[in-house]
Amino acid sequence: MAEITYREALNAAMCQEMDRDDSVFLLGEEVAEYDGAYKVSRGMLARYGDRRVVDSPISELGFAGLCVGAAMAGLRPICEFMTFNFSILALDQVINSAAKMLYMTNGQVPIPMVFRGPTGAALQLSAQHSQACETYYVHAPGVKLVTPATPADAKGLLAAAIRDDDPVAVMEGELLYNVRGEVPDEEYVIPLGVAEVKRTGEDVSIITHGKMVHIALQAARALEREEIEAEVLDLRSLRPLDVDAILATVAKTNRVVYLEEGWPFAGVGAQIVSLIQDEAFDELDAPVLRVTQADVPMPYAKNMEQLAKPGVKAVVEACRKVLYMEVGTS
Amino acid sequence: MTPATQTAVKNGEAPATGADRDPVVDNRLHGFSREELHALLADMLLYRRFEEKAEEAYAIGKIGGFCHLHIGQEGLAAGSIKPLRADDLVITAYREHTQAIAKGITPRAVMAELYGRVGGCSGGRGGSMHLFDTTVGFYGGHGIVGGQIPLGAGLAWAIRYRGGDQVCVCFMGDAAVNQGAFLESLNMSAVWQLPVIYVVENNGYGMGTAFSRVSVTEMEARSGAYGIPAHTVNGQDVLETFRFFEGLVERVRGGAGPQFVNAVTYRFRGHSMSDPVSGTYRSKEEVEAHVQGEDPITILRDRLMGAGLLTQEELEGIDAGARAASDDAAEFADASPLPDPSTLYDHVYAEINPHGRLFLDGRDRGGAGG
Repeated sequence: MAEITYREALNAAMCQEMDRDDSVFLLGEEVAEYDGAYKVSRGMLARYGDRRVVDSPISELGFAGLCVGAAMAGLRPICEFMTFNFSILALDQVINSAAKMLYMTNGQVPIPMVFRGPTGAALQLSAQHSQACETYYVHAPGVKLVTPATPADAKGLLAAAIRDDDPVAVMEGELLYNVRGEVPDEEYVIPLGVAEVKRTGEDVSIITHGKMVHIALQAARALEREEIEAEVLDLRSLRPLDVDAILATVAKTNRVVYLEEGWPFAGVGAQIVSLIQDEAFDELDAPVLRVTQADVPMPYAKNMEQLAKPGVKAVVEACRKVLYMEVGTS
Repeated sequence: MTPATQTAVKNGEAPATGADRDPVVDNRLHGFSREELHALLADMLLYRRFEEKAEEAYAIGKIGGFCHLHIGQEGLAAGSIKPLRADDLVITAYREHTQAIAKGITPRAVMAELYGRVGGCSGGRGGSMHLFDTTVGFYGGHGIVGGQIPLGAGLAWAIRYRGGDQVCVCFMGDAAVNQGAFLESLNMSAVWQLPVIYVVENNGYGMGTAFSRVSVTEMEARSGAYGIPAHTVNGQDVLETFRFFEGLVERVRGGAGPQFVNAVTYRFRGHSMSDPVSGTYRSKEEVEAHVQGEDPITILRDRLMGAGLLTQEELEGIDAGARAASDDAAEFADASPLPDPSTLYDHVYAEINPHGRLFLDGRDRGGAGG
């Protein structure tokens, strides 16, 4: 166990899998000579050569489709998007090709590949570079999606994604790449579909995924000062979804806030709320609330951006609200 | 290898007809044996009769959805796919019934797929636009215009990655060259020198829009910007097309890199079953001229008869065989069961993870995940 960054953990996962399976290769913009736009693939060109670590032209639709085609032939591509914002150009290949291929071929053609890169906002990158893309991917049957929040999860989930026989989107975060944490040195794989309680608590559950886990933990610390014990459940994997873990935390605290980086309309939280009211209605002592990005494109100005992003204060207030406490005073 | 009798059909112009052909055309048998010539004629007749049978079945509701017939373009299907090796790969768009048969899927499995039956090559899950059989190297059957082009580049990528000597042939209609996916794929293929042949089945119209109305350059000019050699072939002449592809495939197999083929052809039917043969975007006279002068089956038949290599009796025998195979395909399809409703959720995922739910609709799916 060593303390490494989230970035290094992703790199370790790719190397771990490329060492054990020659059919795995990494292709994307700036992944080779530049060492990755965010330096996630640092050193990999030198280690594996340009057959397996490949700089692509800026052609998201094209290279995503090429990776899907290579997967049709049985290879295991890791398709890196510099950010998932740019993958919107490639969604035809993600949804119409990768997601549907196995089904429309009656099981003949699996697509064992990974789409990976950062999703969501960083700092003042404004509207087109600050968008959480989870719903576009998780909406389509055929795609799996994981959102590691910590270095250990980054290594274990990316490794599992590469080994999985289906297309798996691994959504990272620009603001997570420098986060440090303990990561197992040895071969490490976290099964898809297993959520993790990142903090236990009795009073209220904050369910979330991806980099919002860190906001949730900050909110939980703020609530602790008011003697409110919040449980933080990190879904880690949105599809498959650890429904048992969701139902368990609902049964424990009876009060839930869903926190996500994306927009509210048809967002991930909307699905979770639907699930909870379907399967745990009687466990609830309050309506489930959602904390999301404001329902606007991301503004550039610092104060406006802060206002649009889901923050600690909004989470604390939502938690107080589901506890029927006075809000707006903290 | 520019064909001597290249039919440079410019969209909107009257096509080259039989009368305009090089007078030596009837002597050009390209060195094929009598058996090979008969086999190619039989292939094309099978495609024609098969499509006519599909047309008939569609009219009586046996086939649903979209159905795009290849009638008129059979010379290209046989001429471009028959020269391939069994382990070469083909990927294409949605006017692909005859290409699937040419690559080795049985007429039965294709027809049953059109009928949406379990005996279909995609188990009834794909339909007319999504025919697949990877055991014969046929990778679909793709419904979004241009969507198959980067996939074809990817298949070729996998060949190169593994050090294989197969070739991928990626078909598209003429309209697909205006998609970004085409431009991106050609560029990547050239950069990485992939063993892929991009073939435009240039029938002059993207649905109802003539190519000349949506392009100021000729088709042949479309690949030059990416450093990919362009070739034009007369897809109505199966012998010329066959010999052309035979040579080109071997060059690509030998490392010549990606190629672009403008295969000139003509669609004798509407875009799909809802589109009349003529009347809106193309005149009755235009279609008639092609049917009379540019039918790939008639062209080969006349050439063989003229050379004394085919008797009327032999022709009738070959045609009877084609009709019988098509009837048999339809009977097989009719008898094949509908897919079992309990399989609705099968093959959404290849790997049902032991943890978590993959489906959230709460419907019974017999343990297939979740």
